[in-house]
Amino acid sequence: MASLGRAALLLSFGLVAYALVGGSFAAWRRRRRLALSAQNAILAAFCTTLVASIVLVVALARRDLSFVYVAQHTSRSLPLGYALSAFWGGQEGSLLLWLLVLTGYSSLAVWLNRRSGELLAWTVPVLGGVAVFFTFMLCFVSSPFATAAAPADGAGMVPSLQNPYMLAHPPMLYLGYVGLTIPFAFAMGALLSKRTDERWIVVTRRWTLAAWTFLGVGQLLGAHWAYVEIGWGGYYAWDPVENAALMPWLAATAFLHSVMIQEKRGMLRVWNMVLVALAFGLSIFGTFLTRSGVVNSIHSFSQSPLGGWFLGFIVVITVFSVALIYIRLPLLRARTKLESLVSREAAFLYNNLLLVALALTILWGVVYPLLTQAVNGETRSVSKPYYDFFLHSFGLPLLLLMGIGPLVAWRRASLRALGKTFIVPTAAAVVTGIALIATGFGSSTPGLLAYTFSAFVAASIVLEFVRGRRATGSLVRLVARNRRRYGGYIVHAAVLSLAIGIAGSSAYQTIRERSLQPGQSMEVAGYTLTYRSLETKQLQNAQATSATVDVSRGGSHVTTLHPGKSFYPVEQSLSNDVSIYHDPRSLGDVYTIADGISKNGTLDLKVLVKPLVNLVWLAGVIFVFGSLVALWPDAVEQRRLSERYAAVPV
Amino acid sequence: MTALALALGAALALAVVIAVARPFLREPAPANDVLAKPGELERRRLTLVEERDRALAALKELEFDHRTGKISDEDYRGLVGPLRRAAADALRALEPRAEARHATVA
Repeated sequence: MASLGRAALLLSFGLVAYALVGGSFAAWRRRRRLALSAQNAILAAFCTTLVASIVLVVALARRDLSFVYVAQHTSRSLPLGYALSAFWGGQEGSLLLWLLVLTGYSSLAVWLNRRSGELLAWTVPVLGGVAVFFTFMLCFVSSPFATAAAPADGAGMVPSLQNPYMLAHPPMLYLGYVGLTIPFAFAMGALLSKRTDERWIVVTRRWTLAAWTFLGVGQLLGAHWAYVEIGWGGYYAWDPVENAALMPWLAATAFLHSVMIQEKRGMLRVWNMVLVALAFGLSIFGTFLTRSGVVNSIHSFSQSPLGGWFLGFIVVITVFSVALIYIRLPLLRARTKLESLVSREAAFLYNNLLLVALALTILWGVVYPLLTQAVNGETRSVSKPYYDFFLHSFGLPLLLLMGIGPLVAWRRASLRALGKTFIVPTAAAVVTGIALIATGFGSSTPGLLAYTFSAFVAASIVLEFVRGRRATGSLVRLVARNRRRYGGYIVHAAVLSLAIGIAGSSAYQTIRERSLQPGQSMEVAGYTLTYRSLETKQLQNAQATSATVDVSRGGSHVTTLHPGKSFYPVEQSLSNDVSIYHDPRSLGDVYTIADGISKNGTLDLKVLVKPLVNLVWLAGVIFVFGSLVALWPDAVEQRRLSERYAAVPV
Repeated sequence: MTALALALGAALALAVVIAVARPFLREPAPANDVLAKPGELERRRLTLVEERDRALAALKELEFDHRTGKISDEDYRGLVGPLRRAAADALRALEPRAEARHATVA
């Protein structure tokens, strides 16, 4: 069936190339039927890509080792779920997933906006252009349908990828990365068609929010995977590929805020175009980092011929976007000006500058080692202190702004009004700071600042809900009538939970290591861990050795943990199996790692006590809830917008 | 298997060719094959509608900010007048007679 997969991909290539060339000609010469035909080509490309994907899924499920891709990423003993997850576990498969999501999203966008004649006519070639690149790679550079004589068994899957989180984390990231293509395509479509109205923003508002949500959830799932699987006790290591997902998320966060200023005040029109192009460019850059193998990362694929192609594509989209924005500058002039530096829009502007500055400093941290390698041949790395410095420099003011922004009125605010609205949050921050210092938690300055700022933000969010409820008379009515605003505040609460969790688990964590014989104990942050015994078990595709460790606190037994190691014979690889106790009282974890297990039964046990770390994961739940509130369609607004655009064939 | 793959591939190719050619098959000789494009008047109207919506939304925001205490009475009085005027101007510009006047001027 590999030939069917190859044929389907070739058809996809032909279709999206037609959407690019035919669609461009149709938009330029205003040919209606040709424009419709190009739109149909996008829909058809999704169908053919789906067929190619089904062929690969069937091959993975059947462990058809005559497919080189299947032989390289699975083995006969690999459980079915993980065998199917190999779809995105390797280079070619993940490119196919990218194309599937891209053509799927593009089809949905085309279908939902069939009435947006001129705008859609110019958007289709942009979508086609992006898809041409990916289909070209899959057809002519890196095909998942290469075949060879089937080996006796496959090479298997890297043990760290054999984790349930790997079933969800990469697809979520792809849904986010690829989703940023839609706002980019509509923004470029608006520029190409010389449109000065805000239809493209209305069309792409939910797309951006959905892509941003997927990207955020994908990163949190990845962080949790790293936490439970990699076995080093952390969840974010400023790894270049982790950063690659963070950068477009930051740019998209800036865009989601600044686009509100354009909607409400008609300002920042150029800036929004720049941000939407930056977010898309960074998502392609992130793909380049992962696919090219230019960086050393646990996430990246091996050295591949894809790097040059991706770099070329990044250059093309950068030149295209910058040139188009520059040419259309006269159409993007702002209709109003910033009235005051103390206003909601000014707060959004500061937030934008900090978010973009953070994204660009992270970008520099990723690019710098690549540049030094390319220019001087020197291998340099940018490590945690660099990122921590900028996270504190930009992240803490951002956290504070998250509390200040909602309290300030649009247009301008007087000092007296500010004093009135700020009094409660400021008091909350001061009381929190004093309480932390008094209880001995003032040892970490960033931690102390993070908690006092968090108290300020928490108070401002609560105040917003309380005052809003008082003004409208009902909390449900308040949220239902202002879904984006109050959904946004819930997302702010998620970021707050994240910040408190990160500060608690990094600034106040305790780490101890000790070699233990059976029966021996060690003390860590009030917990006593007693090593009892070792046990070895045969699993479906691995041999697992685990220790039994009793955990007690204040003389009472709390739980029994089983840190250990697993050996995967097919992959000839050893993995750490961490064991974690979630303490409901401190919202923290007792995290155990079997650093070494000797034949004589000695256990090298590493224990981390991480206060408040579970708030990081709770943030994910709150984040999804807030995003859903903001995404939920508002019937009144929908009616108003459809009335707005009904009379004009756009 | 190869014959089946070939047959499936051929069927898929035929289906996509029909899908792409459908607009031409449905309308072999259309009376109008020109992509709709808003004229100057329609673009102007759309801009005015957006301005009207923005002005009305700004008024709503101002009222809400005032009721929730983010804007003092004094600031409110200073801001509400120009916003009401902007909303009224936008509404007036959208009246049929005003549109006709704009069209004549253009």
